[in-house]
Amino acid sequence: MTAILQVRGMHAGYGSIRVLHGIDFDVEDGEIIALLGANGAGKTTTLRALSGMIAARGQIMLDGRDISTLNATARAQLGIAHIPQGRGTFVDFTVGENLALGAYLVRDKQSIRSALDYWYGIFPWLAERRDQPAGSLSGGEQQMLAVARALMAVPRILMCDEPSLGLAPAITQSLFALLARLNKERGMAILLVEQNARLTLRIAHRAYVIESGEIRLQGGAAELRDNPLIQRAYLGA
Amino acid sequence: MQLFLQQIVEGVASGAIYASLALALVLIYRATRVVNFAQGEMATLSVYIAWQINQWGVPFWLSLGIVAALSFVMGALTFRLMIRPVLGASDHTMVVICIGFFVGFEAICLWFWGADPRAFPRIFPDYAWTVGGVRLTANNLGILVTLCTLTAALSALFRFTRLGLAMRASAAEREKSPLVGIPVETMLMFGWGLAATVGFVAAVLIAPSLFLSPPMMVSVVIYALAAATLGGWDSPAGAIVGGLVVGVAESLCATFVGFIGNELKVGVPFALMAVILLARPQGLFGTTAVIRV
Repeated sequence: MTAILQVRGMHAGYGSIRVLHGIDFDVEDGEIIALLGANGAGKTTTLRALSGMIAARGQIMLDGRDISTLNATARAQLGIAHIPQGRGTFVDFTVGENLALGAYLVRDKQSIRSALDYWYGIFPWLAERRDQPAGSLSGGEQQMLAVARALMAVPRILMCDEPSLGLAPAITQSLFALLARLNKERGMAILLVEQNARLTLRIAHRAYVIESGEIRLQGGAAELRDNPLIQRAYLGA
Repeated sequence: MQLFLQQIVEGVASGAIYASLALALVLIYRATRVVNFAQGEMATLSVYIAWQINQWGVPFWLSLGIVAALSFVMGALTFRLMIRPVLGASDHTMVVICIGFFVGFEAICLWFWGADPRAFPRIFPDYAWTVGGVRLTANNLGILVTLCTLTAALSALFRFTRLGLAMRASAAEREKSPLVGIPVETMLMFGWGLAATVGFVAAVLIAPSLFLSPPMMVSVVIYALAAATLGGWDSPAGAIVGGLVVGVAESLCATFVGFIGNELKVGVPFALMAVILLARPQGLFGTTAVIRV
């Protein structure tokens, strides 16, 4: 196993407000990593710092290369796909345009075509609603589209920020099934930020628990599921 | 009736020019949320440069081509050097910067070429047809054809090309676009460049009838502002319809409403702006986003 993403001593915040106080973690090839924590713990900030939406101090290695000085566009070009919290789609753009935007970095028409066929195969409704604005889709459909959009770029790592937010439990389950499938079929490395620890620990390989901007706990998903601290704080046991 | 139709023809022709300039305003507004009321002054400077190059012996059409490209660079540089550093600042900041552009570009024209109006050659031949008593000039037709070509080219760019899609995405979602690998600031720069070229086209169309002088575009930009407000600031199609409506309204009011006449006709766009802002502030074609969560 080789590390796709290695984060060492990452600090980040907004203006004078410091949110992350030097966090370390790894995502290995083919892993689903969960980043768990309560509201305001710094999960979203972590993803925003990784994708370059906000400035950060510390080392961020993608495939062994330090990307911490690059801007968001350059990081996307190197294979970081970030689906931000809430609406991960371009709401005023049609479904087809969203997928085309996802494939912005792919210059080869043939591979765009086959990626589209793949997604239209999984979600036939994407093809049917190609010309509808993404904003008119339901919340669950928008999340599915956001995942498809992010994967059009053939990224090295997919980062999802609370994809279950505001979704009905059944929809959340099928979304997580999709993520697990992408991981299994394509070996897609996924960094999943979630509050829904129960479901997340079911598909993740390993997890990190973040509290007040620091990593408090880490370990295999099964091991964390049985940890009494996790059970009390996040699983409602 | 003939007079009425004639006034509509004249109104559509001048409306097409307002529409072109309004198109430039809308391009910039969509990209950077700046109402660049110095658009006309930037265009005037471009026309002066074209005139100067032509005076130096470069063929007229070639000089227009050169300056169309040069305008793009000028617009792009204006963004890069003066808008980018304050991108995301308050509207007040932007207004003050645009006042600076307005004064600055006009001053550059005054400095190099003085205040005396100069004749600018007509692009289209002096030719006219009479259809059912209405006089159609080649100039008016040419203006319309230019607007149609411009519109078709821009919609093709935005609808069918990867570059156009990326420019639209950068304008609509400045935070999300880098996440799919779009160099947003480059795209916004292209938007400013494109707008400067479109503004140049508008100024070239009107320069022969107004004579070339530093404040040439001041009244035109007022019509263009009215057109963009009428059509909706985020809608290129609205800018075109708005421009034509303003042009026709101006021409009809000047001829048929006794107390307006030629002296008060510049009041027409202001009246239209006031009405639309009261009745439908987002403009005829402006959108309010519909989002289901």
